[in-house]
Amino acid sequence: MESLQLPPIDYGALLPMLILFGAACLGVVAEVVIPQRARNAVQLGLALVAVVAALAAVIWQRGTRTVTIGGAVAVDGPTLFLQGSILVLGGVSLMLIGERSIEKGGAFVSQAAVTVGSQKDLQQAGGRPGATEVYPLTVFALGGMLLFVAANDLLTMFVALEVFSLPLYLLCALARRRRLLSQEAALKYFLLGSYASAFFLFGVAFVYGYAGGIQLAVVHEAVANPQRSEVLLYVGLAMVAIGLLFKAALAPFHVWTPDVYQGAPTPITAFMAACTKVAAFGALLRILYVAFEGVRWSFQPILGTIAVLTMFIGAILAVTQTDLKRLLAYSSIANAGYLLVGVLALNDEGLSGTMFYLVAYGFSVLAAFAIISLVRDADGEATHLSRWAGIGRKSPLLAGVFTFILLTFAGIPLTSGFTSKFAVFGAAVEGGQTWLVIFGVITSMLLAFPYLRVVVLMWLSEPGESAPTVSIPGFLTSAVLGIGVIVTLALGVVPAPLIDLTREASEFVR
Amino acid sequence: MKDFPFLSILTALPLVGAVVVAFIPRTKAELAKIVALGWSLAVLVLSAVMWAAFTIDGDRFQFRESYAWIPSWDARLTFAADGIALVMLVLIAILFPVVILASWHDVDQSTRSAPAYFALLLAFEFTMIGVFAAADVFLFYVFFEIMLIPMYFIIGSFGSGQKQYAAVKFFLYSLVGGLFMLASVIGLWALGGHTFDFAELVKGTAQIDQNTARWLFLGFFVAFAIKAPFFPFHTWLPDSGGAAPAGAAALLVGVMDKVGTFGILRYCLSLFPEASRWFAPAAMVLAVIGIIYAALLAVGQNDLKRLVSYTSIAHFGFIGIGIFAFTTQAGTGAVLYMVNHGLATGLLFIVVGMFVARRGSALVSDFGGAGKLTPVLAGVLLFAGLASLALPGTAPFVSEFLVLIGTFSTHKEYAVVATLGIVLAAAYVLWMIQRTTQGTLNPALTEVPAMSKDITLREKAVVAPLILLLLVLGFYPKPVTDVINPAVQATMQDVGANDPVPAVEAGGKVGG
Repeated sequence: MESLQLPPIDYGALLPMLILFGAACLGVVAEVVIPQRARNAVQLGLALVAVVAALAAVIWQRGTRTVTIGGAVAVDGPTLFLQGSILVLGGVSLMLIGERSIEKGGAFVSQAAVTVGSQKDLQQAGGRPGATEVYPLTVFALGGMLLFVAANDLLTMFVALEVFSLPLYLLCALARRRRLLSQEAALKYFLLGSYASAFFLFGVAFVYGYAGGIQLAVVHEAVANPQRSEVLLYVGLAMVAIGLLFKAALAPFHVWTPDVYQGAPTPITAFMAACTKVAAFGALLRILYVAFEGVRWSFQPILGTIAVLTMFIGAILAVTQTDLKRLLAYSSIANAGYLLVGVLALNDEGLSGTMFYLVAYGFSVLAAFAIISLVRDADGEATHLSRWAGIGRKSPLLAGVFTFILLTFAGIPLTSGFTSKFAVFGAAVEGGQTWLVIFGVITSMLLAFPYLRVVVLMWLSEPGESAPTVSIPGFLTSAVLGIGVIVTLALGVVPAPLIDLTREASEFVR
Repeated sequence: MKDFPFLSILTALPLVGAVVVAFIPRTKAELAKIVALGWSLAVLVLSAVMWAAFTIDGDRFQFRESYAWIPSWDARLTFAADGIALVMLVLIAILFPVVILASWHDVDQSTRSAPAYFALLLAFEFTMIGVFAAADVFLFYVFFEIMLIPMYFIIGSFGSGQKQYAAVKFFLYSLVGGLFMLASVIGLWALGGHTFDFAELVKGTAQIDQNTARWLFLGFFVAFAIKAPFFPFHTWLPDSGGAAPAGAAALLVGVMDKVGTFGILRYCLSLFPEASRWFAPAAMVLAVIGIIYAALLAVGQNDLKRLVSYTSIAHFGFIGIGIFAFTTQAGTGAVLYMVNHGLATGLLFIVVGMFVARRGSALVSDFGGAGKLTPVLAGVLLFAGLASLALPGTAPFVSEFLVLIGTFSTHKEYAVVATLGIVLAAAYVLWMIQRTTQGTLNPALTEVPAMSKDITLREKAVVAPLILLLLVLGFYPKPVTDVINPAVQATMQDVGANDPVPAVEAGGKVGG
């Protein structure tokens, strides 16, 4: 029996992930040993320190271009850029998750298992401090996302997918208010997510059958020199794609998004909208650009159709929404469509444009959900559109900031939304996908309407009789808002540094 | 003198002013007005210096400045002005202080913040100057889109009547046009050599194949036709003009709509000469329909502000045929028309606003014999109306004449039909004046105390410069035509128009 050779491991390249997984385990231990009163501060501090340390490790590794642990993980420009983005956005999301001053005890329930609507449940909705397990769960999810965008073989990718999905399913169920909605969202997300994972895994098996290996480089080689039936390849690719399209919320696999976005605690919604999107598109980019580039003519029209469908569904259904969180959910679906347009350019501009878009969108969407968490009444957040009427009179600053964020979603120049749309559309025209750009422009017109409706409502409508109160944001939420707005403005006015960064980072290793 | 960064300072100045005014507390409304007026006068002074420094026989694009912005897309902060842009910039600089002074009491009754209104006006001036000063297509697009935002809030927050509806309609129409243009801008960048510099693109677009170029042209044209507005994209203007405060409405038709015709001249014609020639017949037909259709609708309006908005659509038809006639003479006439229309219709809107402010209503039927109470103001309205219908001796006459003569030499049929528009113009203007200021006094007017107050000193200061300019340019348009002419000639060369030689000679005498 030949002796088992361990593959060489580049620990430096893996350091960001190791830091996060280590910190998450430490967080679980801390949950037991730290007294309850100090737990929140310690856990938040630990999570933030871990994210900052991981970010430092990513920056330290910025020159690395390598494939390590037996080809399971690739650390290259896109990996490091996307990991950095996930960490920055994740750090900002953690601040939102850690906010405890807007609502007594925070946005999370203290005991999720208590029967909804029971006496005990009503009591804990009052002022009991929320669960602190959310921090290790979030850090686990972040670690999984870092691995997801770095995965260089399909099984590692599957493992990473599960590692970041499972904590998210849990986190969705933890909303303090509207418990039933929250639990329903989590269940829906979990069930559909499991199906998607199963499809992904099944697809991996087909691709293995076709290529004789699961490493992306092997698949690439097999696609270039086909030895076996291409049916295996196409079925495998389609199934793998379904798994990823689900995570990225692309039509027709988007149906979970509005319910989950609405039901999850708002900080978690923000976290999913910003970070999960980066992770999902990061993996999609790697799979399409590294493994299946050779069959681009086969998947480009199909995924193109999906992009068009996604943009239309997102834009049209956003128009009909009366709940702000659902409106932003459909808007994020439409944005996923625009991102897919950038991915389908299948050139360096497409890669860099998509990465730019992910960062820009992440920051604006974090700010958007931070604002939503501020407008509340006795039952928690007042997300129904009618409640926002005339809010510009009472709190012009909040309405002004939200207007700015809506303008960036609408793609008005001098905001990051415009720059990023320009980047992906320009890349798509460059890549010969003009038809996608035309549909992108048409849906942008449609999508402007719901945003504008909110602006009109805030500034030009008279306030309703039972207007909700606007909470004074705590330090953490103010920081999130400030960061979101400044980055959104900066990426609109002086986008050059980030564009250059994405360009430098736009080369995969194989 | 030439090296002085005129255009970037001219662009930035109102933006700084807007920020300053926005930070004045709302209790100090008077201070905000004075600062805003002072700031716009500073812009006027700077533009006057620039006018003096412009060399008529010099380069086509003067005061050129260029700064790095987004190197990987080759988008630069390039500013430059040809004669066409220069006259528009000076027109903006003249109209803004006038409008600010005219709007002095417009928001006094409103529950909204007065400093916010004047800050929005200055912010609007910033976007207007930027859009005419930009010589980089990307930069132009950026200004083209953001100009919507201040005007949207001006109409929506400070307007009257169906202001919400009007503001949203205004925004959506313009945004849709802008997005068509965005598609073309991206296409232009990808196919025209990865640059946004206007001068480079003029060379680069020659490589684009004819069919694609036509699509790109249409993207630009739709955006500009909505902005201008040309028939059938005009329906937002009467709503916006009717709902906006009178001063802002004057800016809307006096300045902002010119972005449409300016864009057609600079971007459609120079970048896509073949496509422009291909589309010219259709554009001419639309323009002529616009002249007649809008004039007929103007006759039937009962709302003064909507009426003036419709006259403006008709006038834009004249500018349209002037541009697409492809003769230097008609082109010069069209540009001169853009200036004169800004002065004349701006004045008309402002005077109508003075009446509306007194009466508290914009309906023609609420007036009647108002001239008996306010004879001087009625006289100013008469002058503004006559200037607007291009009475000889006022500036618009020269431009309308140049357009028609220039068009006649190449496209007789359109010129003849357009002439009908002049007759209709006389009808709607004179009928409007007759029903509001002449005839027997409407007894309801005497019950409104404000109606008995004739023109005030402030209002005299508002209308005097415009009246003076309309008269001076009516008799001696040469200073303006001299500046416009080389730029129009260059544009017509880009589009490959062959001037019928004798007509130019004749036109020179008439126009000069």
